[in-house]
Formats: sequence, C-alpha cells, structure tokens
Amino acid sequence: MIKIDAISKWYGPTQVLKDCSAEVAKGEVVVVCGPSGSGKSTLIKCVNGLEPFQKGHISVDGISVGDPNTDLPKLRARIGMVFQHFELFPHLSVTRNLTLPQIKVLHRDAEAAADNAMRLLDRVGLRVHADKFPGQLSGGQQQRVAIARALAMDPIAMLFDEPTSALDPEMIQEVLDVMVALAKDGMTMIVVTHEMGFARKVAHRVVFMDKGEIVEDAPTADFFDKPRSDRAQLFLSKILQH
Amino acid sequence: MFANYDFDVIWRSLPYLFYQGMTFTLLLTALATLGGIVIGTLLALMRLSGTAMLTLPAAAYVNLMRSVPFVLMIFWFYFLMPYIGQWITRSAQPLQVGAFASCLVTFTLFEAAFFCEIMRAGIQSISRGQMAAAQALGMTYPTAMGFIVLPQAFRNMAPVLLTQTIILFQDTSLVYVISVTDFLGAASKVAERDGRLVEMYTFAAVVYFIISLAASRTVAHLQRRIAIIR
Repeated sequence: MIKIDAISKWYGPTQVLKDCSAEVAKGEVVVVCGPSGSGKSTLIKCVNGLEPFQKGHISVDGISVGDPNTDLPKLRARIGMVFQHFELFPHLSVTRNLTLPQIKVLHRDAEAAADNAMRLLDRVGLRVHADKFPGQLSGGQQQRVAIARALAMDPIAMLFDEPTSALDPEMIQEVLDVMVALAKDGMTMIVVTHEMGFARKVAHRVVFMDKGEIVEDAPTADFFDKPRSDRAQLFLSKILQH
Repeated sequence: MFANYDFDVIWRSLPYLFYQGMTFTLLLTALATLGGIVIGTLLALMRLSGTAMLTLPAAAYVNLMRSVPFVLMIFWFYFLMPYIGQWITRSAQPLQVGAFASCLVTFTLFEAAFFCEIMRAGIQSISRGQMAAAQALGMTYPTAMGFIVLPQAFRNMAPVLLTQTIILFQDTSLVYVISVTDFLGAASKVAERDGRLVEMYTFAAVVYFIISLAASRTVAHLQRRIAIIR
C-alpha cells in the first residue's frame, strides 16, 4: 500500500535521508526505530508529503506523493497522522477537534461528523471529556484524542511520529493500548517509536535507521533475536538492557 | 479660583460635541480598525508567504508607511486622492472624494501597516506543528489558516490589537490638519468661538482620558476571558 523507493533528502548541503526504500503492505504494522537524528521522523513525514524530498519516489495506494500534479490535501486526508506533541487545536473543544476536519475536508454534514466523533471518542475511552478543551486534558488523554481525530477521517493508513515520546511514563500505556487495539483491527500502520515492547507485540516488521539510512528491515522476531548489522545490535543492547 | 471660567459652555455645546464630533471620531476609529485588520492580515500573510514576489512588496509597503509622519500622510492623501480617483475612473475632472472618505482610506492604509506587524507576530507565535497537523488532516493552506492558525493568532494578539486601536482612537484627532470636525475639532471650534479655551480643551482631555482608560480596562478584562486554556 505504501511504497518508499530510493528516497534522498537534503537540508541545504546536509543529507538527512540516503536512498531509503521500504514497503508496507495493507494491514501491516511496521515499527521504525533508531537513534535520535537518524531521520525516522523525516522519513515518515515524507510519506504524506509534509516534508518534501529531492530524489526518489513514494506512492500511497498507487498515488505518487512527490508528483506536483497530485492533489496532496486529498491524499493526506486519507492518511492519518499522530504527532509527538499531539497538535490538537487548543482553541477548539475536543468534539470540534474531531468534527471540524470532517466537515471542512470531507464535507460531511455536522450531525454525521458529530456522531462519528462520539463513536471514536468512545473507542479511545474519552467520551466524557467531549466538551472539554485540549488544555484541560492530560498528555495521554490528548494523544488519544489526537488518534481519534485522525481516525475520524476514515484513513487507509496511520502514521505515528513518536506518539509516546512527550508523555509522562504513567501515561504511555494508555496510548499504546489504543494503538495495539488499532493494530489488531488490521489498520496499516507505520510507527516511529522507541517502545520496543510495543514493537515486539504488534509489529510485523521493524525498520532500523541510522544516519539517514535504512540499515535493517526485518521481521520483528528476527530483528530482536538476531539483528544482522552491528549498529542495530549496538542500538538494541543499549535500549533493551533495562 | 474658577470665577473667571464658564464651565456652562460645555453643557451648552454637548449635543454638537458628541453628535457631530464624537460620532465622526468613533466611526473613523471603528471602520479604520476593521479595514486595517483585514488588510494588515493579508499583508502579514504576504510577508510570511516565503515568495519574494509577495514578501517584498508587503515589506516595502509596511516600511514606507512606518517611515512617514502620519500628519503628512493625511495631508498628502487628501490632496492626492481626487487625482488618483480621476486616474482610476478615467473621468475628466478630479474625483470628489470628500473628507471622511479621504480620512478613512488614509487611516485604514496607515493602520494596516501596524496591524500587519502585529498579525505577523501573532501568526509566528503559533507553532508550526499546528499547520502541519491541519495539513496532515487534508486541510488546504487557506482552510488551515482560516480555521486553525488565524483564530489562535487573533486571540493571542487581541490585547495588542486593541491597544493599537486605542492609539488609533487618539490619532483620529490629527484630522484637524484637513479641517475635519472630529471630537477635538468640535471642542476647538466652540473654544475659539466663545473664547473658552481652557474649559473646552480640559473637557476634551478628560473625555479622551475616560474613553481610553475604559478601553484599556476592557482589554485587560478581555485578556483574561478569551485566553486559550493551555
């Protein structure tokens, strides 16, 4: 469903992505991990065109992301994205956060959008907070709202950009629970995360990145049991020793 | 001590001062603020567009407006507008614009430069992630600006925008240079006619003070009420 083909990206003279290729099939959950500054977030943002890239080709459901003739807003509406810092709209109530994009982008009528919003808030366990503002919720609750907001657009795939990195430890689990449920439902997901427990539990494959390169792309069990590259071994030894 | 003063003159001229003078002052303030914010926001979007074709003219406009004395602008526009109007409408004679229209255009264009800088700061105060999130949901740039970024920018900047409006309210008195009767102008006319300079100018000062103070109190109050919960 998502095809990343030999992507390269530069910020000025610095190359941040080097010839990255990966594929994600429908219903597949792929975890992207690696040391900070390795280009994981940049890569995932290229998938919905939030970050432009200079070389290579990405297609989502057969539609080219880099093609100037592509209707990017229309394509993005079909790909959900969850950010590290939630990025809920602080001037809108929780419900309005979920309904506004449906109304403005998908042109749903207000009632249908509200019904859908309530259904999804129920799903992430936050229906009681529907009328609050994002600033009145905890970080974990905000991130669950953000997931519900993305799901309200009926996406064909979901991108998660370090969804738990900005959370207090006791709130990480509630967000991961929602993501696990989503994965079990068969959602196509690319997840940039350091949560190796989550990766082991639901990921079909793990992509390991370092210095802008995809160093390893392996089935989850293989990645954790016998990582081939030295860099992945070093990374895992540092992150798993606790 | 007040034996030589006649404060009754204020009472007698109240209808004239307020019906004619204050109406003009408030109307000019309100309309110029509205127009200034609309044009200023457009200028701010131009300055932030990142396209030289848009940023350069907007920056040049703002810098020009901020480098010319306001009184000069009022004067210059008043005498030039009829000819600009003539050129635009291609009529044979200079266009009659009228003092109010002339003032309104001058104030709007002048204030737009200031509101532009306020809105630019306001838009920049909203994290880039908000725009990214809006776009990731499939919103186009205009939708994201209109429903996500600008509403937040307005709220963040509301106190500064209103403070600028209070300054504009006081600046309307500069229309005296083209002999338009605003509140101060009306007071001044009565003062000259009746020889009651101290009484009338003191009264005018008190009125400006009360209105400006009340407005800035409202700003402070509003600031607490519309702040976004974070």
